[in-house]
Amino acid sequence: MIPGTKNNMERNNINPHDLTMASDANQECFPSNDDLPTVLLHRLPSFNSPLKEILQPHFHLLDPADSPEPASSFLSSHAKSVRALICLYNTPLGAETLGLLPSLEFIVATSAGVEHIDLEECRGRGIIMTNASKAFAEDAADYAVALLIDVCRRISTADRYVRAGLWQVNRDYPLGFKLGRKRVGIVGLGRIGFEVGKRLEAFGCSIAYNSRQKKPSVPFSYHANVVDLAEDNDALILCCPLTEQTHHIINREVLEALGKEGVIINVGRGALIDEKLLVKFLSRGDIAGAGLDVFENEPDVPREVFELDNVVLSPHRAIFTPESLEALNELVFTNLKAFFSNKPLQSVFKIEGKDYPVM
Amino acid sequence: MADQEEEQDNTGDQNHKPQDLPQVLVLKPPPVLSFLTAHAGSIQAILCSGAAPVTDDLLQLLPSVRLVVTASAGTNHIDLEACHRRGISVTNAGNVFSDDGADAAVGLLIDVLRKITASDRYVRQGLWVSEGDYPLGSKLRGKRVGIVGLGGIGLEIAKRLEALGCNVLYTSRKKKTFLSYPFYSDVCQLAAHSDALIICCALTDQTRHMIDKDVFSALGKEGVIVNVGRGAIVDEKEMVRCLVHGEIAGAGLDVFENEPDVPKELFELDNAVLSPHRAVFTPESFMALCELVVGNLEAFFSNKPLLSPVMDL
Repeated sequence: MIPGTKNNMERNNINPHDLTMASDANQECFPSNDDLPTVLLHRLPSFNSPLKEILQPHFHLLDPADSPEPASSFLSSHAKSVRALICLYNTPLGAETLGLLPSLEFIVATSAGVEHIDLEECRGRGIIMTNASKAFAEDAADYAVALLIDVCRRISTADRYVRAGLWQVNRDYPLGFKLGRKRVGIVGLGRIGFEVGKRLEAFGCSIAYNSRQKKPSVPFSYHANVVDLAEDNDALILCCPLTEQTHHIINREVLEALGKEGVIINVGRGALIDEKLLVKFLSRGDIAGAGLDVFENEPDVPREVFELDNVVLSPHRAIFTPESLEALNELVFTNLKAFFSNKPLQSVFKIEGKDYPVM
Repeated sequence: MADQEEEQDNTGDQNHKPQDLPQVLVLKPPPVLSFLTAHAGSIQAILCSGAAPVTDDLLQLLPSVRLVVTASAGTNHIDLEACHRRGISVTNAGNVFSDDGADAAVGLLIDVLRKITASDRYVRQGLWVSEGDYPLGSKLRGKRVGIVGLGGIGLEIAKRLEALGCNVLYTSRKKKTFLSYPFYSDVCQLAAHSDALIICCALTDQTRHMIDKDVFSALGKEGVIVNVGRGAIVDEKEMVRCLVHGEIAGAGLDVFENEPDVPKELFELDNAVLSPHRAVFTPESFMALCELVVGNLEAFFSNKPLLSPVMDL
């Protein structure tokens, strides 16, 4: 979902002027443009966001998409001293563009996933990145939990059954399975994964995880690889970013280890799973069910799953609520202010191999 | 047809002859009078489901009955006053369904608030491709959720809601002094202070159609209702009217007034999630129920304390 496109803003009744902002900041008298720190807004022309209106009183915003000048020449002329950039949604940010920004130190991503940004290049240049996980984590976790309950207890399938008039005909409907005491393996224990684990504990599940690194302060049991995690657990919940290492991390070996009673929930990225293979496993009953918010080729969903009763399908919206979008705008504002005042940042995305201060 | 079943000795002792074992009447739709009178002297216990009424008339015919075991959490099909008067103990399903019931109730709540089933339907209809994104739902954290009936299921629901960052309020027959959740003695007041109501109380004369026009009005246009109790606790016609006219925002329903009939208007609505009175059940809880039923019978016939007695009448 692209929240900022016109259709979706209207459809979801988001009016930029209704959004609350850090009220003390708005009480300050506005300095002249020359005094305001410069921030580059990097976006595809079709992407819009209330961020522009929100940030304009506080920062000198450069918006190449709004200029008739081609992006590369705009950047060459205006952006040589830009230290901070906002990457709107999944606007691709590659080495070429980064190369035109020699002073860039800080990237604010407005999405949870950052695979559209050249991370290698950023790592090489020591660029700090924050993402939107902090704003989205709870809503994503609520959604992942609901997908798990739905798959286990067949809520959406049963709804379909009732609407088709079958309850009157057949009276009985197959039961779903108990959630409590299920062993749940979380793939990727970042903010979203951690919130999922916390919630499922209250439902009586026992939580294990696999992550790039073991987290000693976390009460969940660590598994060194995803196959072991799948072997030891009844359900897998994917909450990790998409990288070269995690592409198709859910492969045949993992699905076989998960087994016929196993369930998989994906609120990460479609390409974390070998989708073609997953569909085969689901069709043949080689795993018990799946709840999928993301797909390899959105909005295309493999036709075969439409025939299946053991899958819940969702059009890439786990992280989005009007409240989380507002929280995102607050987070962007807060992080930009913090950066320019040398204060700690929130929701830092640790690019593999480096350690950045986390709030 | 009534069946009579000899109680199996579950300790595996094969030496008991059938005539030595206590007799339990397994009650399904009304037994034939002649059957009852033939066995009246020897039947000491009745095992029934939630669908088989245990009336004063029935008890009158079975003067040796000392125990009624129902395989349901609800006891509205049992004349509890008559049981009390006759000195008959009653056990129910206790907390066997509480965890699963709570999982289902909370699952339905998140589903309605975040439009999960609705967006699954949307994708299956090919609309993600042709129409674009589906409207967003609403955040859970901070929502005030009013639990109607804070029994076994209600308490488990509260636990889960806290983990989701919701604010729990409740109404119940009696305030629970050991809990700090805000208590409302009047369900309308509860609704007025809630963003969502979860119905998980028993069906009694007092609770029949308790969720009525006034409650829906107090709940308001943004309000959501989840019912895992009994259909008849809600004025279903009124609820459907409110949903159709947008006077409440949505509903997650596992029970209906006249199952398996579901008001057709609900089929047209995207903001209703419909479940064929299954959501709270799992194979695991049914197994636990069997163990509990047998456990209660065994306890009774060995003069030990009952496992899940129904305390209040």
